[in-house]
Amino acid sequence: MVSSAGASHIGSALSVIDIASVLYGRVANVAPDRVNDPDRDIILISKGHSASGIYAVLGNAGYFPLEWLDRYCVDGAPLGGHVTAHGIPGVEFSTGALGHALPFGVGIAIASKRDAHPRRVFVVLSDGECQEGSNWEAAMLASQHVLGNLTAIIDRNRLQILANTEEISSLEPFADKWLAFGWDVVEVDGHDHDALETAIAGAHDRPRVVIANTTKGKGVDFMENSVPWHTNTPNAEQASDAIAQLEALREGGSR
Amino acid sequence: MRDAFMAALTEQAQQDSRVNLIIADIGFKVVDDFVAKMPDQFLNVGIAEQAMIGVAAGMASLGKRPIAYSLGNFPTIRCLEQIRNDLCYHDLNVTVVSVGAGLAYGTLGYTHHAVEDIALMRALPNMKVYSPADALECRAVVELLPTTPGPKYIRLGKNREPRIHEVQPDLSAGAPVLVREGSDVTLMVVGPIVTQAIEAAQELAKQGISVRLLTCPVIKPLNITAIRDAATGTAGIVTLEEHTLMGGFGSAVLEALAVHGWRIPVLPLALDDAAASTVGSQEYLREQNGLATHSVISRIADFTASV
Ligand SMILES: Cc1ncc(C[n+]2csc(CCOP(=O)(O)OP(=O)(O)O)c2C)c(N)n1
Repeated sequence: MVSSAGASHIGSALSVIDIASVLYGRVANVAPDRVNDPDRDIILISKGHSASGIYAVLGNAGYFPLEWLDRYCVDGAPLGGHVTAHGIPGVEFSTGALGHALPFGVGIAIASKRDAHPRRVFVVLSDGECQEGSNWEAAMLASQHVLGNLTAIIDRNRLQILANTEEISSLEPFADKWLAFGWDVVEVDGHDHDALETAIAGAHDRPRVVIANTTKGKGVDFMENSVPWHTNTPNAEQASDAIAQLEALREGGSR
Repeated sequence: MRDAFMAALTEQAQQDSRVNLIIADIGFKVVDDFVAKMPDQFLNVGIAEQAMIGVAAGMASLGKRPIAYSLGNFPTIRCLEQIRNDLCYHDLNVTVVSVGAGLAYGTLGYTHHAVEDIALMRALPNMKVYSPADALECRAVVELLPTTPGPKYIRLGKNREPRIHEVQPDLSAGAPVLVREGSDVTLMVVGPIVTQAIEAAQELAKQGISVRLLTCPVIKPLNITAIRDAATGTAGIVTLEEHTLMGGFGSAVLEALAVHGWRIPVLPLALDDAAASTVGSQEYLREQNGLATHSVISRIADFTASV
């Protein structure tokens, strides 16, 4: 999909795919036949560049025909390189510029509270993205309004485009920052579905952040923790190697 | 064009230690040579464009010459107020550079289409706006920087655009640059979409319409006298840009002609006032917006026949 499209961000997609699977498949009150149900939970993908991964999850969950995936980034096709709510069932908000979905999620959480509506809001962020100030403006406001209906899940793979986050503008002590902003903080292995489920589904009376420790490029040995695989496009050979590795993992049952 | 920009900037930074390249986590591999040569003149502020501009402004206030570089709308619209208040209001010597002008990042979608930047940057006081069409124009723009005070914006294409000019043009007067002589109609283009303009001019010649083709890399300050003079003897001016019609280059030409009371017919070719609703490459999205070569040809032919 990414290879034939000449696209990038494969590392970012593999990093977030377990989080997205758990969120759409196990935790959130969402379903392909209820995408306009006013009682559904709202999932926002702030790291819009992981579109190939999110779309793979949505396609496999039945939100749209699987064939759409084969035409990723093709002229005139539905699916492009960033998550968009324009014409894609299951996507609530179009992103691509980082640092937009958490404020939007805070808006949904406040409005839901005002309506005394029980819906929950889940926002998936990347870690480098947390260098954007907009997230912290929203974080402050979320605790001010005691938004127990808001959960942020951060794909903490430690890499951004040029290097490790800690070498560019350090996020650590990351959990302490969220604590200081008044959030309920949980750290988990971001590839362990059960642990993710427990962390994301658990009730909380304040906004919760789940720091999901992940591996960028997860499941493909030559992509794991590798800076260039943010940007690079896999060639046909690399793509089939990667698919073989991921299929072996699936058969091994570890995913 | 991106590589040409970085090469020219690197040379300049080697000669002038005040030049500081500031990025917001964009430029994988592109900045490597610069960083290797001048690590102390480089800064990656992280994914934080508002801080990038604020930091650049602070550095400029102490006499540095910061170049704030990112992609698409991130160095412009994301931090528009920082550019407006911190840079333009204080008339600080910072160059904002965006790679991927227009629809260059086609399939990445509307968030990554830089199609309103000329209008926004042009509207800001003290700001100068440049949109080179090829690598040589890009180098010429970089060479203007040391002698041009205050805030500047450079709108780069992506990379490996075909070379248009034989020699590096002199942009010191901000005049348009002749690409091809012609006598019936004048076509003025900004940016890499000039390649389509060349094809259109060739095809129109076959149809008996002689197109005088120029690029206009200096959008602000706009040298309207030179633009008028360049169109002398032709039926009118067609402008072509990969930017929304509202406030873009064509709009700038129309405003300036109107201010002078110069009655020259103008056909502005630009993007529709709409967010791209379909997925597609740059070529595909141009087609959707009536900017494919065949549309440009027929629109110029109709215009020339009507004036
Ligand atoms: C506002 C904004 N600035 C810059 C970018 C370009 N960009 C795309 S992904 C990315 C960084 C990716 O790192 P991270 O946020 O950690 O996400 P990961 O892919 O590692 O999950 C950047 C800088 C962007 N999309 N939006």
